Amino acid sequence: MIEHVLVGVALFAGLGGGYLIARSRLRGGRSQRPDAVHQILLPFTGTEISRRAVDAALRLARAEGATLMPAYLAQVPKRLPLECPIPNEATRAMPMLEAIEQRATAQGVPVDARIERGRSYRHALERLLGRETFDRVVVSATATGAAGFSGEDLVWLLRKAPAEVLILRPGPEDRRVLSATGPGGNGAAPV
Amino acid sequence: MERGRYKIFLGMAAGVGKTYRMLQEGQAEAAAGRDVVIGYLEPHRREETSAQARGLETLPRRRIPIGDVVVEEMDLPALLARDPELALVDELAHSNAPGLVHGKRFEDIAEALEAGIDVFSTVNVQHLESLNDQVAELTGVRVRETVPDSVLGAADEVVLIDLTPEALIARLRAGKIYPGETIDAALNNFFRIENLAALREVSLRQVAEDVESKRLVHGQDEPLGTRGEERVAADAPRAVGERLLALIRPQPSSQRLVRRAWRSAQRLGTDLDLLWVKPPGKPLAGEQERQVTALRQLASVLGATLLIEEHDDLVAAVARVVRERGSTYIMVGEAKPPRGLARLREPLPQRLMRATPPGVDVRIVAHRGQREGER
Repeated sequence: MIEHVLVGVALFAGLGGGYLIARSRLRGGRSQRPDAVHQILLPFTGTEISRRAVDAALRLARAEGATLMPAYLAQVPKRLPLECPIPNEATRAMPMLEAIEQRATAQGVPVDARIERGRSYRHALERLLGRETFDRVVVSATATGAAGFSGEDLVWLLRKAPAEVLILRPGPEDRRVLSATGPGGNGAAPV
Repeated sequence: MERGRYKIFLGMAAGVGKTYRMLQEGQAEAAAGRDVVIGYLEPHRREETSAQARGLETLPRRRIPIGDVVVEEMDLPALLARDPELALVDELAHSNAPGLVHGKRFEDIAEALEAGIDVFSTVNVQHLESLNDQVAELTGVRVRETVPDSVLGAADEVVLIDLTPEALIARLRAGKIYPGETIDAALNNFFRIENLAALREVSLRQVAEDVESKRLVHGQDEPLGTRGEERVAADAPRAVGERLLALIRPQPSSQRLVRRAWRSAQRLGTDLDLLWVKPPGKPLAGEQERQVTALRQLASVLGATLLIEEHDDLVAAVARVVRERGSTYIMVGEAKPPRGLARLREPLPQRLMRATPPGVDVRIVAHRGQREGER
């Protein structure tokens, strides 16, 4: 009789333990990123980015289960080594990356941000494209061309990027931007 | 022969009064009966400086003809032959004319020190090699004449000549630094309040770090990990500098922690170390390798130091790094709620508090985005 009880307890413990191990492995497996990561690149410069571009990239990332990679492109003057620290540029980039990340997190989109250096914005983008792989690139064409990518940069991107490129046409009604401190932004408070 | 003592007067920019202070101290030494000579002086046509040099013996300069021009340099052989107790040598970052024994003046000084001569000298902070890029980015002006940081580190004493940017600009406007015709150009270029404020901060930090590194060097008299070492780390008078350590893992969410830690480091005016305690024996591969590369890039952009320590005990590894690096803050990310038996374990911040020296703060970085998303 006692033997039957012991066998029963052992069986129950074995099954229970097996279930718990299987569940934890399943959970671990879900949280791990697969080697072939779907990534959507959202490069930007300066201290604001079109909210339309951010929202478009987030919609795509959510629909495709992809990771959004917002990338701040920094120009390093020729008098400095390309790989030198750039605290001033980083200060500009941080609040923007924080704002994008908060917006993405609220929509359940994983984010993997970057700050990339180059002699020009195009050079920084070229370095980033060489280092990472992307499924899509979302960029916003600016109406003025004063900030961000020029028409030539966009043509270059279309020709060179080994991914689908989504260029958002500037619209006269599109004045909403995501900035670190602006009214349309989702400002990041200091730590 | 005993090496001479070396004292450096460090300033944030020309005109703060480094040379004046060096001469003032030289006069005091001479008045106390020591044999003092001026090895090289660059008074820059400043009347106050020239006046301060009066009464001190000045060695004649060595004249080096280069084509049609004659360049004047410090005469090192004459200084060594004169063999004073103390030599005053201005502008240690200066590059010598071709043909002299040493390419740089700080090398001349090193030889004088080896000959047993005490030396007082001067330098501006932007000439230090490790700060050259940083100062160039801050001010837009890059100096060509640099000196290794070890020169400052080897000095027995570093005296910071501090002046507020407003006071320095007032001196410039009064014609005490440059002649009248060049004042406007100086004000519009290098001598701007924001440049000078940044340079002043860099100078103050440099001296604080110098004090800190000398304190740590003294603390290494006994082997690491002994009670003696711990006593030094815990009881020694704290230096001005803070040091921040952020615990990270090679995953995208660590970037947020790094950003927050860096912003805190900027506000504290301190250096940032990033530490990943890697489980031993597992080579980097795939996604983990990619994330380590990304963290390395980010650390390089921010000027932070990425440390990877192989250890199977996270808390012990952190405690060791905290002691070695002199960290005063540890930042950790918000942990997921514990499950199962992990609920019985003491939380990481408490374990860190117990394992690290007294006075080290532990901060938990909250996940703001998630909280806002949950609302």
